[in-house]
Amino acid sequence: MTLPDDGLAPFRENDHVGDHMTREVLQVENLRVWFHTPAGLVRAVDGVDLHLNQGETLGIVGESGSGKSVTARAIMKILPPNAEVLKGSRILFDGRDLAKVNPKKEKHLWGVDLAMIFQDPMTSLTPVMTVGRQLSETLRYHRKLDKAAAHVEAVDLLRRVGIPEPEKRYNDYPHNLSGGMRQRVTIALAISCSPKLLIADEPTTALDVTVQHQILNLLQSLQEKASMSMILVTHDLGVVAGRADHIAVMYAGRVIERAPTRQLFAHMRHPYTRALIDAIPRVTMPSQTRLAAIPGRPPVIIDPPPGCSFAARCPSAQARCLEETPKLESAPDSREHAAACFFPLGTAEGEQARQRNIEVGATAAGTAVMSGTAV
Amino acid sequence: MIKVRNPASAGGLSVATSGTPEVATDEVPGRQTDDRASSAQRVRRAKRWLAAVTRLVLLLFLVTVSTFGLLKLTPGSPIDAILPPDATPAQIASARAEFGLNQPLAVQYVHWLGHVLTGHLGDSYSTRQPVSGIIADAAPVSLEIATVALLTALLFSVPVAVWAAYRPGRLVDRVSNFVTSATLATPAFVLGVLIVFVFGVQLGWFPILGWVPFSENPVSHVEHLVLPVVTLALGECVLFTRLLKGDMMATLQQDHVLSARARGLPTWRILIKHALRQSSFSLVTVMGVVVGRLIGGTVLVEYIFSIPGMGSVVIRAVTSRDYIVIQAVVLLTALLYLAINTLVDLSYPLLDPRVRKGRAW
Amino acid sequence: MVTSLDKVPDVGQGGSVVAGMVTPTEPAISARLRRRKRPVGAILGATWLVIVILAAVLAQALPLPKPAALGNTFAAMPSWDHWLGTDGLGRDVLSRIVFGARGSMAVAIGATSLALVIGVPLGMISGFFRGATDAGISLFVNFMLSFPPLIFLIAVVTALKPGILTLVVALALLGIPTFARVARANTIALADREFVTAARALGASPLRILRRELLANVMLPILSLALVVMATLVVAEGTLSFLGLGIPPPTPSWGGMLSAGRDSLRTHPLLVFVPALFFFLTVLAFNMLGDWARSRVGRSSSI
Repeated sequence: MTLPDDGLAPFRENDHVGDHMTREVLQVENLRVWFHTPAGLVRAVDGVDLHLNQGETLGIVGESGSGKSVTARAIMKILPPNAEVLKGSRILFDGRDLAKVNPKKEKHLWGVDLAMIFQDPMTSLTPVMTVGRQLSETLRYHRKLDKAAAHVEAVDLLRRVGIPEPEKRYNDYPHNLSGGMRQRVTIALAISCSPKLLIADEPTTALDVTVQHQILNLLQSLQEKASMSMILVTHDLGVVAGRADHIAVMYAGRVIERAPTRQLFAHMRHPYTRALIDAIPRVTMPSQTRLAAIPGRPPVIIDPPPGCSFAARCPSAQARCLEETPKLESAPDSREHAAACFFPLGTAEGEQARQRNIEVGATAAGTAVMSGTAV
Repeated sequence: MIKVRNPASAGGLSVATSGTPEVATDEVPGRQTDDRASSAQRVRRAKRWLAAVTRLVLLLFLVTVSTFGLLKLTPGSPIDAILPPDATPAQIASARAEFGLNQPLAVQYVHWLGHVLTGHLGDSYSTRQPVSGIIADAAPVSLEIATVALLTALLFSVPVAVWAAYRPGRLVDRVSNFVTSATLATPAFVLGVLIVFVFGVQLGWFPILGWVPFSENPVSHVEHLVLPVVTLALGECVLFTRLLKGDMMATLQQDHVLSARARGLPTWRILIKHALRQSSFSLVTVMGVVVGRLIGGTVLVEYIFSIPGMGSVVIRAVTSRDYIVIQAVVLLTALLYLAINTLVDLSYPLLDPRVRKGRAW
Repeated sequence: MVTSLDKVPDVGQGGSVVAGMVTPTEPAISARLRRRKRPVGAILGATWLVIVILAAVLAQALPLPKPAALGNTFAAMPSWDHWLGTDGLGRDVLSRIVFGARGSMAVAIGATSLALVIGVPLGMISGFFRGATDAGISLFVNFMLSFPPLIFLIAVVTALKPGILTLVVALALLGIPTFARVARANTIALADREFVTAARALGASPLRILRRELLANVMLPILSLALVVMATLVVAEGTLSFLGLGIPPPTPSWGGMLSAGRDSLRTHPLLVFVPALFFFLTVLAFNMLGDWARSRVGRSSSI
């Protein structure tokens, strides 16, 4: 999604930060998820900290391979069998450590208090069951409704997510519906048991641009009505720009910057965040402007070398970045804003580092640099 | 307030206010509302039906003609059954005329077809008994064995396949892999004899020969049923397990299973309602071929275990050159096979909602 | 309306459909072995087959007692004189196995080749020209598939005189639909490709296109299929011989030996085990080779 103007200061219309009592709904501490693969131990998520208050929206942003989806799935406990959530990881939901809770024992937690919607609605709905049956199934299992009551409630849910003629759609199969409708159905499924937390993993990526907007609006309105907390996982900064209270930027399995939305866009500290924002094409740019893509590719993390994981692609990289791994540290002026960088943007050290590289023409990692962005 | 017109609902107006969610306006649900388009679809569908029916009729024709021809190619003729061995040429000629054997082949074919359709399959060359009677006695036995074997195979393979797909690499999976591999390389008749050896001879658990009708002695009937059914079912079980497990494993990788897990649905429900249902269609597609194997397998099994079914009838007929019996068995089994395959082809779209109404997924 | 030429039931890793008979295929011996670069299963399989075929071809030259020679030790256990023992009539089992291999291999290889030589052109013509030709050939192929396999074999063997040639013809007829189908499917897939269009533009006649452009591409998956077909036909011949409808006595055949061995199952089960083992190993060998060949050719090109 393209941003309307220079893109550096989007404001939410209804800014909820501070409105609610800060009741924490989710707190993730030192989450590490490693995968046992034939190629080796892949550190998909390597020490992630997050927190989310009730009624708020957290945006998790990152490229493919950054670990954002794995984080979401770790919270929902739907990781594949070769994934290992390392000891020391804590996922506190309403005070309880989900890492220690067994989904087989706690049958009405996931799907009820915690819900998730996925990227591709065509594949996330069972093709051989009618849409209505899939809804009733959840209702009857979790909310113990009988058949008739479940049917009524399901139709009502379909209506609430904006599906016209919900009675008729009840008997449709997923392939009878269009993409946007299907995503609405998955949303209906997710909210059917009034979850406290809804995780949306790239909810609009597979949809047409016109429909994306509608879906995001729908999510927002549902959230407002129910004071539901939401996590929006996406690679698209534009999606979270106007809709998240906080944003966590992930790279190579770690959160490398975390801030309230406005602060992130106004005073970003991590060079990666800067590069992400720069990469967004703008309507105001002259035509034929080259996209400011970030050179290189994110690392696959098997046996990570020491140092910052972004060093190879960072225009500010210095020698220190190749040797030590930066930790997520709060900015001196704002406790809520944290970045994992030795030479953050907007600081003296950061500026010097950048200048040095521009003069030399290359970063400590050898990437060529021209006027502030890596070539 | 924004008023929007939803073209999908018949002329309905949808109203979006700040309080209610915006109704989906840009999307037309998948139903066809254009009359012209659906009538073109109907014409196409009718054409397909016509083509399919024509094919079926042609196949039936070819099958009947070839079985009719089979009798003509082989030595002997129906009159041998009624003529005394020292018949005079005049007697032979009159018998031939009576049987219509001096008519052109096409006419004979039509007559023969007419006889067949009314249940007259001629008389056996060796026993002089009406063939239809022989078959009427033998067919139920074979049908019983084949049906029980099929059901047994399904009953056993489905749970094993589901569990092996759910827990790949664990005990059930590895054991079933080993067993299926070993069985696959073993021809059915070899398997049968080995089963006779292990269970009949060495262990002596079950009888290895003969047949007891259910009406006579239910328990003994079942005892005699076990080994033949096991032999027959083993081969199909292996096929079903392999096929279903492969399909299930693919299905379990799909997002909708992940989605169901995220919703906290119980495992058995996900396995059966969300995964198995989708994967079971692959079993339906092979059902036609399986029936063909079962028919052949029943012949084998009846030979090995001396069971008086159609298989024994046809083998006995081959060795005693009772061609008219062979012809009847070939004709009937071919028709049955054709019928079942047609049924399977027809029912598949009805079962799989993705294929229903010609809509591909 | 038996399954149309197009719709070969894909049994996935389960196997292949050959002439209405399904032959599930064999995975390699174990996952561990498979991870090594060398296809152990295929090599073992090829070795076994080479041994069997060589033995069959050189049977007369081998220092074996005559298979029909009646001896004086009946149903004996293996000894230095008789490596695999003797049967109820005192005949040397090993010798009968070797000579039986001649029949089985000859029939299997002969029938497969015949089916290939007839089926592939049929399929290619059908797939290339489409239209009425396709409809006609498809009808004929479907007709052959309308009969349950064993019944079909019984019918053909009945119509013709019993003997090896009859068997070859009957089994070949069984195999033709499989080759025709696969050839047709591959031809259809390839006929749209640029190299065919280019050949047409250059004025090549259809025959030339079929022969030079398409045949080589179609043959690759066909050859890997041929291995599986051979395994199926070995089993089919064995079944017929077992039922007494195959290779007529006194010529030894593995199926016949198995059937005869049943009489002494209680006392001398070895007479059954030996032919059973040979069947098992031979079919296994074909399957492993066929699997390896398929994996080299790639799934998509075989159907």
